[in-house]
Amino acid sequence: MTAVASPLTPLPKSGVRKAKNVLATILISVTFLIAVIPLVFLVVYVVQQGSKVISWSFLNDDLPFVDRLPGGGMGPAVVGTLLITGAASLMAIPLGILGGIYLNEYGGKNPLARFIRFLSEVMTGVPSIVMGLFIYTLIVLNTKEKNGFAGSLALACLMLPIVIRTTDQMLSLVPRELREGSFALGSRKVRTIRTVVLPNAAAGIVSGALLAVARAAGETAPLLFVIGTTRETNTNLFHGPNTALSVQIFTNATSPFIVQQDRAWGAALTLILIVFITTMAARLVTAFFARRQAA
Amino acid sequence: MAVTAPPRPTDPPASAPRGLGTGPRPPGRVTDHVFRWIALASGLLVLAILGLIAYTTTKNAWPWFREEGLGIFADNWDPAKGQYGAGAMIYGTFLVGFIALVLSVPVSVGIALFVNEVSPRRMRKPIIYTVDLLAAIPSVVYGLWALAVLTQPLANIYQSISDATSGIPIIKDLTAEPSKSGLSYMTAGIIVAIMITPIVTSLTREVFATTPQPLKEAAYGMGATRWEMIRGSVFTHSRGGVVSAVMIGLGRAIGETIAVALLVGSSQHISAHLFGPGDTLASIIANQFGEAVGIQRAALIGMGVVLLVLTIAVGALARGIVTRYDKRSGAVA
Repeated sequence: MTAVASPLTPLPKSGVRKAKNVLATILISVTFLIAVIPLVFLVVYVVQQGSKVISWSFLNDDLPFVDRLPGGGMGPAVVGTLLITGAASLMAIPLGILGGIYLNEYGGKNPLARFIRFLSEVMTGVPSIVMGLFIYTLIVLNTKEKNGFAGSLALACLMLPIVIRTTDQMLSLVPRELREGSFALGSRKVRTIRTVVLPNAAAGIVSGALLAVARAAGETAPLLFVIGTTRETNTNLFHGPNTALSVQIFTNATSPFIVQQDRAWGAALTLILIVFITTMAARLVTAFFARRQAA
Repeated sequence: MAVTAPPRPTDPPASAPRGLGTGPRPPGRVTDHVFRWIALASGLLVLAILGLIAYTTTKNAWPWFREEGLGIFADNWDPAKGQYGAGAMIYGTFLVGFIALVLSVPVSVGIALFVNEVSPRRMRKPIIYTVDLLAAIPSVVYGLWALAVLTQPLANIYQSISDATSGIPIIKDLTAEPSKSGLSYMTAGIIVAIMITPIVTSLTREVFATTPQPLKEAAYGMGATRWEMIRGSVFTHSRGGVVSAVMIGLGRAIGETIAVALLVGSSQHISAHLFGPGDTLASIIANQFGEAVGIQRAALIGMGVVLLVLTIAVGALARGIVTRYDKRSGAVA
């Protein structure tokens, strides 16, 4: 700060200082616009391009047998994205919540819990492409088969640390008095966790889990080498190659054929809708529970 | 992110108090134990997975490490000639990350200040949600969008910047030979900057929010304007935290794959030309792994290992900075 004339008299508000303040305030406000502009442009453009292509049959039909031909849809990719992400969620969310329960309810601040917390942080930072390579080397090389489940495993690895950390944080916000009250009534630990601790943290955990699902649904890199590719809908995750919206966008993005680019935009709009709806659901869960708790 | 973890309440007593009297124990003892072990096993899963990641990827990359030795850092990637040095990709990874930080950090710090200090209180949540939406958009959609909308205008801008600076030493080396397609380190860096802005914003916001109210009021009490208060109180208090937020942002940036794979131009040579094509570790894996066999595949998996080590190192650095900063501010408080 500038030199103070006397500790008791406030600095005079000179014109230069006021001008600097106004300028800084304007710059700070402008940064928000800088971030919002690409968001708005991107969403508007994807909706514009995607809505030209998207239709009920686009969402259901198989991919055309020849890439450069018009027609056909993204059915297999829509089904693939939903199934692969769904299976990943079924694995990562329960395990992640259990892990979070261990960290906060059993481990607390002991060295093991601290260590696991540190590792979860490290694992959150592992690039998604490395998860893809990991599942490729661990599963695909050994089973000699690419299928949807390998993709689910890769996505589950990405989601797991996020769910663990959210659960740990949300449980730590539950007041200790509630647990003590439950213990005083004679409940054992499991019962206390099930009937007192988890319900109190449910909103945060559910919304954190949904955000993890949204992130996983949009991932391309982990799926690229492990799910193979198909033009027909494959509802069996454990057998035969599969495909996903994100992977289809990636392969179609660089295509010279307009019809393929159009399909990429349709897929992009579908994917953004899936991701945004999941994100909104997370926000709604938070808002709904917050209101109920306030009432 | 544990830049400022909320205080953790102390643990509940390890075991529930037993009932008085000597009757049979209430049911649930076994369930209690079993559940505890299941929960612990789920926690340890993280350790197991990380161990497996390190083991299987290193094992499959081993032929590359053995064959090339320190040559893995050479700038000579050319699978056709059997040369597999990853130097250009490591360089590109950091260059794209650096460009992304230079563009993203000022904006992120600005948004953080806007939310915490400038905007009306009830606007905060909507603003945060809006910025977070940037993180919700999938990487591949950013890539597709930038490819369709940004690359051509950017190519023209690069060309004119390059023409305008062709007489200035040093700068002309950075701006020379702009790519006609617009695919370049710079284009990839711009998109990655947009993608990491939400995380850097939310981390810096958390750090700024820890500035003690008395410190701010003291500044105002001395007649400081808001900007002087921010500089004197908020910035001074948050320096370490912001640096670590930046490091975490860098960690995210260097792992960014798909958008970069579409935009960086896939040229495996070290080059100072920011507007020219390059490649990064993550993007070359995404672009070449499909067709790679033998030692090239081992090399690509090996680059995944290098990438993993880099992200962990950057993360550890960020953590180290936080710890040091926590100790220092703890001593003051």
